[in-house]
Amino acid sequence: MPRIRVEVDGATYEDDVEPRLLLVHYLRERLGKVGTPVGCDTSNCGACTVLMDGMSVKSCSVLAVQADGRDVTTVEGLGVDGTVLQPPPTTNQATSSARQHPLQTAFHEEHALQCGYCTPGMIMASLDLLRENPDPSEDEVREGLEGNLCRCTGYQNIVKAVRRAASDMREPAGQEVTP
Amino acid sequence: MSENGHGFGRVPRKEDARFIRGQGNYVDDIKLPGMLYGAILRSPHAHARLVAVDTSAAEAHPQVRAVITGETLAGLDLAWMPTLSGDVQAVLATDKVRFQGQEVAFVVADSHYAARDALELIDVDYEALPPVIDARTALDDDAPLIRDDLEGRTDNHIFDWEAGDASATDQVFDEAEVVVAQDVLYPRVHPAPLETCGIVADMDKVTGKLTVHTTTQAPHAHRTVYALVAGLPEHKIRVVSPDIGGGFGNKVGIYPGYVCAIVGSIVTGRPVKWMEDRSENLMTTSFARDYHMRGEIAATRDGRVRGLRVKVLADHGAFNGTAQPTKFPAGFFHVFTGSYDIEAAHCAVTGVYTNKAPGGVAYACSFRITEAAYLVERMMDMLAAELGVDPAELRLRNLLRSEQFPYSTATGWEYDSGDYPRTLRKAMDIAGYDKLRAEQADRRANGGPLMGIGISFFTEAVGAGPRKHMDILGLGMADGAELRVHPTGKAVLRISVQTQGQGHETTFAQIVAHELGIPVDDVEVVHGDTDQTPFGLGTYGSRSTPVSGAATAVVARKVRERARIVAGAMLEAAPEDLEWTPGRWVVRGDPTSGATMQEIAMAAHGSLELPEGVEGHLDATTVYNPPNLTYPFGAYIAVVDVDPGTGKVTVRRFIAVDDCGVRINPMIVEGQVHGGLADGVGMALMQVMAFDEDGNHLGASFMDYLLPTSMECPSWELGETVTPSPHHPLGAKGVGESATVGSPAAIVNAVVDALNPYGVRHADMLLTPANVWRVIQGRPFRTDLAIP
Repeated sequence: MPRIRVEVDGATYEDDVEPRLLLVHYLRERLGKVGTPVGCDTSNCGACTVLMDGMSVKSCSVLAVQADGRDVTTVEGLGVDGTVLQPPPTTNQATSSARQHPLQTAFHEEHALQCGYCTPGMIMASLDLLRENPDPSEDEVREGLEGNLCRCTGYQNIVKAVRRAASDMREPAGQEVTP
Repeated sequence: MSENGHGFGRVPRKEDARFIRGQGNYVDDIKLPGMLYGAILRSPHAHARLVAVDTSAAEAHPQVRAVITGETLAGLDLAWMPTLSGDVQAVLATDKVRFQGQEVAFVVADSHYAARDALELIDVDYEALPPVIDARTALDDDAPLIRDDLEGRTDNHIFDWEAGDASATDQVFDEAEVVVAQDVLYPRVHPAPLETCGIVADMDKVTGKLTVHTTTQAPHAHRTVYALVAGLPEHKIRVVSPDIGGGFGNKVGIYPGYVCAIVGSIVTGRPVKWMEDRSENLMTTSFARDYHMRGEIAATRDGRVRGLRVKVLADHGAFNGTAQPTKFPAGFFHVFTGSYDIEAAHCAVTGVYTNKAPGGVAYACSFRITEAAYLVERMMDMLAAELGVDPAELRLRNLLRSEQFPYSTATGWEYDSGDYPRTLRKAMDIAGYDKLRAEQADRRANGGPLMGIGISFFTEAVGAGPRKHMDILGLGMADGAELRVHPTGKAVLRISVQTQGQGHETTFAQIVAHELGIPVDDVEVVHGDTDQTPFGLGTYGSRSTPVSGAATAVVARKVRERARIVAGAMLEAAPEDLEWTPGRWVVRGDPTSGATMQEIAMAAHGSLELPEGVEGHLDATTVYNPPNLTYPFGAYIAVVDVDPGTGKVTVRRFIAVDDCGVRINPMIVEGQVHGGLADGVGMALMQVMAFDEDGNHLGASFMDYLLPTSMECPSWELGETVTPSPHHPLGAKGVGESATVGSPAAIVNAVVDALNPYGVRHADMLLTPANVWRVIQGRPFRTDLAIP
C-alpha cells in the first residue's frame, strides 16, 4: 500500500492507503474530517469541494495518493484568512466573526444555507472563486459556483453572501481580520 | 433580536453555527465502535424471474461478515414490508424483480469498499420477462402481470378513486358555451436531496434495544412501523434523525436498505451503516408526480369558469408505496379547482402498477397538490387562449373574493382565508405586467426574439390534518409538544416534527419567545429523537407550522397560564387581576407591580407558597389536533425568453408573491420560497426520469438528471401579503412547498405564451431545448418515454 504524507487543515498526516481510496473517503473515514460530505457519484454536485494547494477540487474525484505532498484545506480548517486552523467552537458562536472566515459569517447573515449539506463545498468553492476574482459581479459568482449544486436555497442568498464576503474581505471591518 | 422585540422577525438561524464549520452531524458522519458497512446488489432488469442467487464467492471474501438474500429474510418473515399505502413492497426479491435497481441482496463487510467489491462476487440468474413501462398500456388485456405475488390479482390495476359531483359536473359541461380539453402530463421526477438516504442500525444484544440513526422526516412513525414489522416493542426502539441534508419528501417512507441494515445488525451483532449512492437514490427511492391527466374546463363565452373535469392515470410503479393519509389514495389532488369560484367539479383517478420504482408523493407536492395546481393553471391558460382573453384578466374574473371565505369548494375543501385579487395585483405591479405585455406586443409586431409571460395563481392545502379524516397507517395526524422552563428562565421545547433544513430550531424557539417573552437564544429546540420527543407524525406536507407550530403556541400558552398563577402568589394578587405584557405578568392598573417570566420561573421552582393544587415548576405538554388545514396561496409570474433557433428557454425574471398568513421568520420564509422556485425551474425545464422500452431507467445520475445550478436560476423577486389563518393559534399557515407547487405552471405557461406565434396551445414538461424545438415544429412526442 502506498504511503502518503499530506497536510490537512494545518496538521500533517502520514498514512498507508489503498491506491483506489478517494480523497473524500480518506478525509472522512480515516481522518474523521466529516465536515466534507458526498452528494453524488458522478462529480457533478461539488458538495465535497476542498482546497488542494489553494485550488478547489472535488475530493470525490481525487485519489488520496494524488494528495501526497499536498496541502489540503477543508471547511473545518477555515479560519480568518481562509487557511489558518482555528479551534473548533464549543458553543453558538455563529456571530463571533473573530473565529470564522468572512465567508462563513456572510453565509450565516445572508441565510445562504438551509440543510447545510452543500455549505462546506459551497464555501470552499467560493474561497477559490474570490482568490481568482476578489470583486465578482453577480453573474461572475453564479458562473463561478456552477459546479456546486444546492437543493434548498435557490442560490440567490448564496450569491449575496459571496458578494458580501468579497466586500468584507476587500475592506475588513476589524483589525483581527487582516488579509 | 427581532423586528418586534419578542420573537417573530428576521432572526438569524441557530443551526448555522455548526453547518458553516462542517460540524453538522449527518447520518454518514456517524461512526460507532465495531461498525460494519452494508451495500445492496440491485437488479439490472425491470422485470425478471429470480431463478437463483449464488452468494458463495461473496461469503468467502475475507472482509465480508454477512450476505443477506430474500431467502434469508423470508425465514425471518421480513422479505416483504408494508407500505404507507397499504400495499407490500419486497425488501429483497424472492420471486421476481419488478423494477430496474430493485434490491436483490445485501452484503455486510468491514468497509464500504469491501462491501462493494463483494457485490461483484454475487451471481444471480434471471429469466427476463416483458415489462410494463408505458402506464397507458398497463391495463391492456395483454399487459404482463406485475404483481403475481398478490393473491387473486389478475391485472395491474391498483385503485379507482373519485371526488366531486360527477352528474352535476357533466350537466355543467353539457350546458357550457365553451369547453377546452387537453391531455396534460406531469412527468416522473425525483426530489434528489443532496444527501441520499441512509441509516446506522445498532442492535444492542445486551439491552435488546435497537437504535437507528437514519434519514427520516418522520422518526416516530418509523419507530411504530419498525415495531409492527420487526415485532420489537416500541420502548426497545429508538429512532434518531440527526441533521438531515434535505428531505423534500424523499425521506418519509421506509426503504429496503433500512430494513436490511437492521437485519444486518441483528445478524452480526454489530452496528451496520448503509448509505446509498446517488444513482441508487434516483433509481429506487421515492419518485414524484407521474400523473397523466386529461383536463377539461367549461366556461361562459365571457370568461366565467363553470366547471372542471379531470381524469388521471397515476403511474405508481411496481409497489404502491405512495405516502399519504390513508383515506386519500390520490392525496389531496381534489383541491384541483384551485383559486376559482367553480360551481361543479369532478376528478377520477386510476392508479396502475408499472415496472418502475415505487413512490409518487414527494418533492414538496403537499400530497399531489403540485399536480392539481399545475393542471388547473394550465387549463386556465388554455381557456384564456381559446377566448382571446389575457390570462391575468381571466384569473381576476374568476378568483375567489375575500368575502367568500371560509369557502367550500365543489370537491369538499373548506378554504380558511384568502384575499386573492390583491395578491395577484401585487405580483402584476412588481412585474410591471402591462409594460411586459407591451414589450411582448412590440416584439411580436417587429419580429423580435420570442418572449413569454406566464402566470400561476395557486391555493395550497397544508397542515395534515384533522385526525378524524387524516391518518398515516392508522396514526392520527396530530402532533405533540412539550415545554419546560428551567429555574433561571431558559427553556427546552420538544417537538415531534423533524427539520431537514427548514429552520425549525430557530423558528420554533421564536414561537416560544413570542409567547413567553424570553429571548430566542434561551430556547433550545429538541427534535428527531424518539426517546426525547413527544409522539407526532413528522415533517412533510408543509405541516410543521400548521400542526406543530400550533402545538408549540398552545403549550407555551399553557406555561404562561401556569406562570400567571405563580405570579399571582408572588405579587399577592388574584391571577385574574394580572395582565400579560410581553415577558411579564403585571397587576392591572399598576405597571410597576409585575414579575418577569425569569422571576416567575425561579419562584415556581423555589419555596414560594403556591395555591392549592398547583404543583410548582413551569412545564406543560399538549397534543394539537388541527381543526382544518391551512390554505396559503400565491401569485407567480414568470418572464421567459425563448430562442426559436435552438429552443433554449431562459427564465429572465420570476416574481413570487406568497401569502402564508403571519410570518414567524420572513427571512426563512423567503429562503423556502427561493428553493421551491428553483424546483420549478428544474421541473419545467430540466428534470425527468424517463424509461426506454426495456424499462431501463434513463436519468439515473446527475449526468442526465439535471438539477438547476446558479446559472439557470434568475434573481427571484419576492413580495408578500398577509392573510392570517383564522383557526391557527398564531394565524400562520404552512409555506414550504408553495413555491414548488406554484412555480412550474408559471414557467410552462410563459413558454407556451412565448410560442403563441407558432399556434402552440400546450407543451408538456420538460421544456428542454430539444423538446421546445420539436413543439415549434409541431411534432408531437412523449417526454416520459424514450420510445420513438
